[in-house]
Amino acid sequence: MDVHAIPQEGNRTLGQHRKAIYAKDASGRMVIVPSRGSEMEEIVTLQAVARMDHFAQAARRLAANGLTSPLEYWMWEKRMDVALLSQVTGIWQWRIRRHFRPAVFARLSPRLLWRYAEALGLNLNELTTLP
Amino acid sequence: MNILAREFQHRHAAHCESGVASNMFTHYGTPISEAMAFGLSSALSFAYLPFIKLTGFPLIAYRMPPKFILKGLSKALQTRMHFETFRDAQQGMRRLDVLLAQGKVVGLQTSVFWLPYFPQDMRFHFNAHNLLVYGRQGDDYLISDPVADMPQRCPSADLQRARFAKGALAPKGLLYYPQDIGHAGVTAQSVRKAIIKTTRIMLGPIPIVGVRGVRMLARKVAKLKQDDDYSLNYIGHIVRMQEEIGTGGAGFRFLYAAFLQEATEVTGLTPLAVLAERLNEIGDAWREFALKAVRMIKGRDAVDYRMLSHMLLALTERETAFFRDLKHEVS
Repeated sequence: MDVHAIPQEGNRTLGQHRKAIYAKDASGRMVIVPSRGSEMEEIVTLQAVARMDHFAQAARRLAANGLTSPLEYWMWEKRMDVALLSQVTGIWQWRIRRHFRPAVFARLSPRLLWRYAEALGLNLNELTTLP
Repeated sequence: MNILAREFQHRHAAHCESGVASNMFTHYGTPISEAMAFGLSSALSFAYLPFIKLTGFPLIAYRMPPKFILKGLSKALQTRMHFETFRDAQQGMRRLDVLLAQGKVVGLQTSVFWLPYFPQDMRFHFNAHNLLVYGRQGDDYLISDPVADMPQRCPSADLQRARFAKGALAPKGLLYYPQDIGHAGVTAQSVRKAIIKTTRIMLGPIPIVGVRGVRMLARKVAKLKQDDDYSLNYIGHIVRMQEEIGTGGAGFRFLYAAFLQEATEVTGLTPLAVLAERLNEIGDAWREFALKAVRMIKGRDAVDYRMLSHMLLALTERETAFFRDLKHEVS
């Protein structure tokens, strides 16, 4: 890539940050240049964010109607899936899925709730309610 | 508590680990560019790992696993890098404070998700991010994150969370700093060895690694179902792994091209400069692939997975030829 071809159209997912890209200057040397980011990167990042948000909002609606537990909402909200939450908490995936049932979730021991809260960076009160 | 390592210089880098390695070695008295750190540790790679899932998608890595650059570079420069992990988070934080008090600049492995200075949209659960801590002011740690253009700050509670995040590639509080730094410098011999190693990795026999890994991914893309939300997210994921997470595909080709230019000077092998230019063009082709994929995601172009697959296969051909020629030049 040439220095003048470095994308500078801006990528709002970068916030105030800029990313470094190597490109060829006029004398043919590869130099490092800060980039404001490209639309292409913004699109794929927002696509991934939107996918997680979509799952979170769907879980939130279900939870509000008593069809799933707040745990599922918070899992997506914190950009995790069942496999990752299982890795982080050390709780088996089938158990986590079972804890998505509101009746089961309501009876969880404080110890288990604490493990979820810790993994998701929440306090117990937040974990058991919807925002 | 206020401490600041003397005369530490933050420099912006394309990739976190090579940036950390370059800034760290430079600080401790062996000046080395990011490109040289990346090339000398033979970090360029490709791996398609369908059995490791990131939110339902396979891990696609464009470089060697975490710690590979630090270890490879230490070996090439005859430096002993000291690595420490911790079972207890508080102990890990105390140890960091002790090292900072000694005036050391310390490297850390962290999760991206829990670092507050990262933009919200970029915060995903990726555990192998590297950064340097060069001081502390009150409750804030002073951080040189090589992928950020400016130095950053991070409160201790957040840093602790980021260092002790769990899951795949869990950092376990990993911190590192060089012990008796070698002043071996970069030699023609070590550069040649590093290049040969990279060609071995890229042309190796394992079907999911190197150019064969790209071919495997190309076949997988050809089989994606048309008009399927998962498929569109899948190619978005490939592009994200390539362009966003650690500057992947194209970015690493440009970085390696910069290394080949430096290598030309160190070894005196002029054909390497020509190869650097060729790799630069291959990097552009990776970028074209990403742009094409994004146009499809956005609905500007018709979705055509076979076409994307063909673009990847063409890249496989070009890279196979490239790494064969590179091997021929240095051996």
